[in-house]
Amino acid sequence: MSEGAPIAPAVPAAPRTGTVRRLLRHPLGLASAAVLAAIVLAVLFAPALSPADPGVSSLRDAFGGPSAGHPLGFDSAGRDILTRLLYGGRNTLGGAVIALSVALALGVPGGLLAGYYGGWFDSAASWIVNLVMALPAMVVLLASRAILGPTVWVLMVVLGFLVTPAFFRLVRGIVASVRNELYVDAAKVSGLRDPRIVVRHVLIVVRAPIIIQVALVSGIAIGLQAGLEFLGIGSGDTPTWGAMLNEAFKNIQRAPSLMLWPGLALGLTSGALVLLAAALRDALEDRGTAPASRRRSRRAASATPAIPAGSAVSAVSPGTGGTPQVTNGTPADAGERAGLLSVRDLAVSYVLPGGGTREVVHGVDLDVRAGEIVGLVGESGSGKTQTAFSILGILPEGGRVSRGSVTVGGEEIVGMPERRHRALRGSVVAYVPQEPMSNLDPAFTVGSQLVEPMRHKLRISRAEAVRRALDLLSQVEIADPRRTFDSYPHEISGGMAQRVLIAGAMSCDPELLVADEPTTALDVMVQAEVLGLLRRLQRERGLGVLLVTHNLGVVADLCDRVAVMRQGRIVETGTAEQVLHAPRDPYTRKLLGAVLDDAPARRPWQPSNAEVV
Amino acid sequence: MPDSVSTDMSTDPPPETPAGALLTVEDLRVSFPGKGWRAPRAEVLRGVSLDVRPGETLGLVGESGSGKTTIGRAILGLVPVHSGTITFAGERVDRVTARRRRELSRDIQVVFQDPYTSLNPSLTVGDTLSEPLLGQGYGAREARARVARLLERVELPADAAHRLPREFSGGQRQRVAIARALAIDPRLIVCDEPVSALDLTTQKTVLDLLLEIQEQTGVSYLFVSHDLSVIRFMSHRVAVIRHGEIVEMGEAAEVTAGPRHPYTRALLLSAPVADVAGQRERREAFEREFRAREAGTGEAVI
Repeated sequence: MSEGAPIAPAVPAAPRTGTVRRLLRHPLGLASAAVLAAIVLAVLFAPALSPADPGVSSLRDAFGGPSAGHPLGFDSAGRDILTRLLYGGRNTLGGAVIALSVALALGVPGGLLAGYYGGWFDSAASWIVNLVMALPAMVVLLASRAILGPTVWVLMVVLGFLVTPAFFRLVRGIVASVRNELYVDAAKVSGLRDPRIVVRHVLIVVRAPIIIQVALVSGIAIGLQAGLEFLGIGSGDTPTWGAMLNEAFKNIQRAPSLMLWPGLALGLTSGALVLLAAALRDALEDRGTAPASRRRSRRAASATPAIPAGSAVSAVSPGTGGTPQVTNGTPADAGERAGLLSVRDLAVSYVLPGGGTREVVHGVDLDVRAGEIVGLVGESGSGKTQTAFSILGILPEGGRVSRGSVTVGGEEIVGMPERRHRALRGSVVAYVPQEPMSNLDPAFTVGSQLVEPMRHKLRISRAEAVRRALDLLSQVEIADPRRTFDSYPHEISGGMAQRVLIAGAMSCDPELLVADEPTTALDVMVQAEVLGLLRRLQRERGLGVLLVTHNLGVVADLCDRVAVMRQGRIVETGTAEQVLHAPRDPYTRKLLGAVLDDAPARRPWQPSNAEVV
Repeated sequence: MPDSVSTDMSTDPPPETPAGALLTVEDLRVSFPGKGWRAPRAEVLRGVSLDVRPGETLGLVGESGSGKTTIGRAILGLVPVHSGTITFAGERVDRVTARRRRELSRDIQVVFQDPYTSLNPSLTVGDTLSEPLLGQGYGAREARARVARLLERVELPADAAHRLPREFSGGQRQRVAIARALAIDPRLIVCDEPVSALDLTTQKTVLDLLLEIQEQTGVSYLFVSHDLSVIRFMSHRVAVIRHGEIVEMGEAAEVTAGPRHPYTRALLLSAPVADVAGQRERREAFEREFRAREAGTGEAVI
């Protein structure tokens, strides 16, 4: 991103609204929060709301229907159902609160310590937690009831222990990853004490997941508790929803409707908790606490629904294949189109999250002839990668070619059906990506990743594909092709991985190679070798290469011609010599001015400018 | 990777510890637990010695995995030192208590490589900048005033304090990180690849800012980078590190114009320059000297 950019970002930052407000704007969030609030309030004010005393029973009224003052009627012992429901809710929810408190009190600090400091505490705590997770909860609860007696509250404490791993593991995992963030290191170097670092930098990250987990675990705790009571394992006469279910079940023949109210209460509460957790997740994850995406374009792309790049643009210019659209004012050789790759007036747009579109590439003209290496140079956000992606037809979701024409080998690819385009990729056009390692699947050997595409594309036998793959590996100057063939990606170096990807790109004998910063992730010496390899392939096979790069040294090393991009436009094109040595555009001059190659070495240190020790 | 690291003894031995050195590192060794059960420890630094004088920049250049970043982290106390000594202003700081380490933050600061992850995304720039101030016991109002001066110092607008990092570009974030390092007037700043995530034009302005700050405050830099041209531009002296050992150290002009160690020479020649004819010459020289012997091992042979 350029330094001169105004502070206002290209993508407007999401307004920092409160989480609560965002939650309440979520329809499910609002509904579930309202239901839960109603239940909690009703239960809290049970003494005021209930028509009778929970213990009072009048056998006369047993199984009595609804009547004035007793809207839900009476149960088998002649107790008022509404009263039982409200007081039962107190016990049920109270039990869940106890279980949660125990789990939070143990799991969160434990997870924080284990994740932040690691070491023996981490090992010991993780071991215990794994043990607890291996225990079947119901069996433990039944056993503890037998040992500790039939008190609900004690059982809830035991349940709290049993759900502690849910919090411990969550917190530990997040903290362990945050611990390695550079900003935590920076805080340490700033001289902050550990508790302060934890509060400022770590808790803020675990807060949201903990809240979500609380909602989920309360649902589980309520369910388990009701299950216990339903089995008749609770304390006999305490009213709870589970106990009410148990009692109703005993009389299900006589009064099936008794099941209704406690079942409804349980269902509503658990359902509301789960929905609230989902809504909370949406609301909290919207906050932008995750590190911002590095690429502006990707960020714009990821937030929007899919528009398949091929199909959406079919209406734009289906018939321009043979009629070049010559644009004025571009120093490119715009009139005559190159046979291999020719781009005219290409524009790329992204659908914005709030509707509308944003154009990131505005009318680019570009030509690559057979046997020619063309550099596409620019800083981040200049649109150079977007241009390369549109040539390949692999624009990220939300992006599309909104205007212009791209021909590869004389064929118009804008608006080409995806199927046809796919056939073109790999056979005529091939792609070498920036990050070699992340473009190899760690689960498969290098060899199988080369062989499978070839078998599919070229429809050749396995043995033939293996032979070709080994041949390709030796062509990309890998000393021991067989060994590399049998290696997994993690067993080879970054430079080797990039060679493998180039081999993969060459496997179907393409005419055009699109390489997106192919050496940026590599050390300079490996870079020199990969550049040498690309040069040789170009020379020997007459390959055309479009090389996207930010490195002017790479351009000088490899490219015949260069196009300089800035803010979605090409500002200058020419031979590498002309652009690097006699730049016409002020931006190209500025770029070259920032190159430090010719800057003099710093003069030796003089004690005179030193401070006093 | 062959283990035959030639520590060419004809090159400069690490110079004698000068009496006036601000930071002296001697025979520093750092190792990490090996991967897998009972695996041998992986040695990252194998006896590194260097020194930084007040107001001086020592450039540390090397490839990925050479251990250059680890030197900085050891000095900052972020990785444990296995053996060797680190002396800062006459005091051994390689094994200090947590309390003393916190106090040292007044003198030794850092600018990390990645301005995207070195700032907490959920803290405003003002909060991030006041962090070291609060750590040193500044009051809230003092801290605010100091933050405003710091922002001015790194040429960011004053209202930046109320914004979140995501509202800034890479170069601007790196300015925030520099301001954080400057917050309590340190005497040494470890700059760990501070410009490698930045665009070319942004890189130049950030480097210029670092130079200007050094001229004004007399702060020392330990400047870590993989880019020799950046190192040469920034450093009074340069140390070239490979496989955890310093292979060559000397004045910037000497090391980058007439390197004595073949590894330095290979590094120098393999970095492409933005000059078509010049780059052709360098490429040919590199191939003549290094590539001819063996190709395809993934490494130039030195």
